[in-house]
Parts: sequence; C-alpha cells; structure tokens
Amino acid sequence: MTGPDSHANSPLFLLVVLAGGVLFGFGLGFSHMVRPEVVLNFLQFSDLGLLFVMFGAAVVTGVTFAVVPRLGATAPLTGANYGRRLKSFDTNVVVGGAIFGVGWGLSGICPGAAYASLGVGNVPIIWALVGMFAGAYLQGRWRSYRAEAPEVAAGAD
Amino acid sequence: MVSELLDPSLYETLFPEGVTRYAVGGLFVGLGVVVIYLGTGIIAGASTFLESTLSYVSTQTRFQRYRFDRDWRVVFVLGIVLGGVIYAVGWQGGAFVTEVQWWRLLVGGFLVGVGTRIGKGCTSGHGVCGVGSASKTSIVGVVTFLAVAVGTAQLVMALGVMP
Repeated sequence: MTGPDSHANSPLFLLVVLAGGVLFGFGLGFSHMVRPEVVLNFLQFSDLGLLFVMFGAAVVTGVTFAVVPRLGATAPLTGANYGRRLKSFDTNVVVGGAIFGVGWGLSGICPGAAYASLGVGNVPIIWALVGMFAGAYLQGRWRSYRAEAPEVAAGAD
Repeated sequence: MVSELLDPSLYETLFPEGVTRYAVGGLFVGLGVVVIYLGTGIIAGASTFLESTLSYVSTQTRFQRYRFDRDWRVVFVLGIVLGGVIYAVGWQGGAFVTEVQWWRLLVGGFLVGVGTRIGKGCTSGHGVCGVGSASKTSIVGVVTFLAVAVGTAQLVMALGVMP
C-alpha cells in the first residue's frame, strides 16, 4: 500500500499511526476483548456483549469509508486516494477463516487483542504471540516455496 | 425481537455485564482505524504485522513484499500495546493475567497465525475494516471464522477443558 517513495517514515505519519494504535488498543482493553476468558464466554454464549465491540467498531469505519471517499479529497500525509478494504474472494478466505476460527475458539485471542493484552499486563499472552509468529512464518515459508516451485506444488496438490 | 430484548431477565442472561463497556470499547477501536485512515488513506488491520515484521529476519518472498510497510506497522502495534497500558493504569487498576492454559494460547495462537494470513484477514482486518467496507469477501470470512470459533469453543467446553 505504501511504496519506498512514500511519506511512510515522516514523523507526522508515524505520530498519526501511533495515535490510531493507542485508540485501537485502548478500545480493546476497555471492551475486555484482551481477556481470553471474555472471548470464550462470548463464543460459549454466556455473554454476547462482544458483538457490540465488532459491530460498534464496524459502524464507525462503515460510516467513514462510505462518506470520506465521496468528498474527493486525498489523504494529507500520503496523497493517497481514500478507498475501501476490498479483497478478492477465493477458497483461501474460507480455508484460512476456518483455521483462524479453530485457533480463536481454542485460545480466545486474536492478533490485535493479543498486542493490547500485553499492554494490560497479561504476560502469559506471550505464548499466543509466539504461536502467531510461528504460524505466520510456517504458512509464509510454505507459500513462498510453492510460488517459487510451481511444478512441485502442482504435484503436491 | 425488540420487546424480547427489553425483557430484563433475558437481557440479564444475554448481557450479564451490560453492553456499555463493549460498545464504548468498539467505538474506540473504530476511531483508531479512522484516525489512521483520515491521515494516510491506509486501512490498517492488526495481523499483517506478523508477516511484515518477519521480513526483518527472513528473506522469504512472502514476507519481503511487506518490507515497505514494516516500520509503520511496528509503530502501530507499539501504539496498540501503549493503549492497553493506558487502560490498565487508568481504569483496570493493575495487571490482568489470564488463567487460560498456556498450551491453549500457544496452539490456538499458532492456528490464528496460519489462518489469518491464508484467510486474508483477522478480527480487525475482516471484522472491523472489511465489514465496514461492505466487502463480501470479509463478510464471508467473518461468518466462517465466527461459526468455526463458536463450534470449537463449545467443543472445548464440552470436553471439560477448563479454563
């Protein structure tokens, strides 16, 4: 999204990113989504309040992403056009989503909440962070390997 | 539906902790995404950080494609951690430490790491940013991981794994 010639390392750019991260992490702490127990209670239907976190946040982003691109402005810090987050659909979305779901249902933690969980003093969440990096590394290795050796990958399928 | 939700005992059953904490927290999460979006045009999810940060230590093509993103994503995550610290100091009154067993965090985290990168997004990327973009891909992703997570958590509970 940002290239080598972008403004991605200017102090103001990084300050805005930091401020956004602070709000994001504070919200995850305030909502208690940083607590695996709360996520597991939600998934086990004993407290459905977590619905309000995701949908509360999606309403804020939804209104913004719907209105701002129509104003015809560009982002002040990068000159980028305002768009929406649209990714192509393929079976990876369902396969990856299912793997993610097993992990989320087992641990009660997702990536953003894990970072914020570290902030609220939840030291054991390091187990989850180690697991996430290991998982991201192994899938990346495997996909890099497949991309560079297509004939082997075709055989492997 | 609405009249049922207004019934105090049902509300108490579904939302024993109320909804304010969750809704306010969600508004802050959305606001964080919006601040970065308005300033930079970037829609930031949380899980690309895993791969972009691996580009510092691995030459795999899969990670190196994120190398121009990796610095600001580190700053984004430092901000998220700092936001958690601010909550803990100002509101929580000390550290929260989970009682969920370490192997659940490790194995679950591993699957989250694999799944989020193959599935093109996590709870924030698909759930907050993608749904906010009315992306059909993200809605399918959210429905998939939510349904599987509910099934998994119910199964784990049925097997008597606590906590």
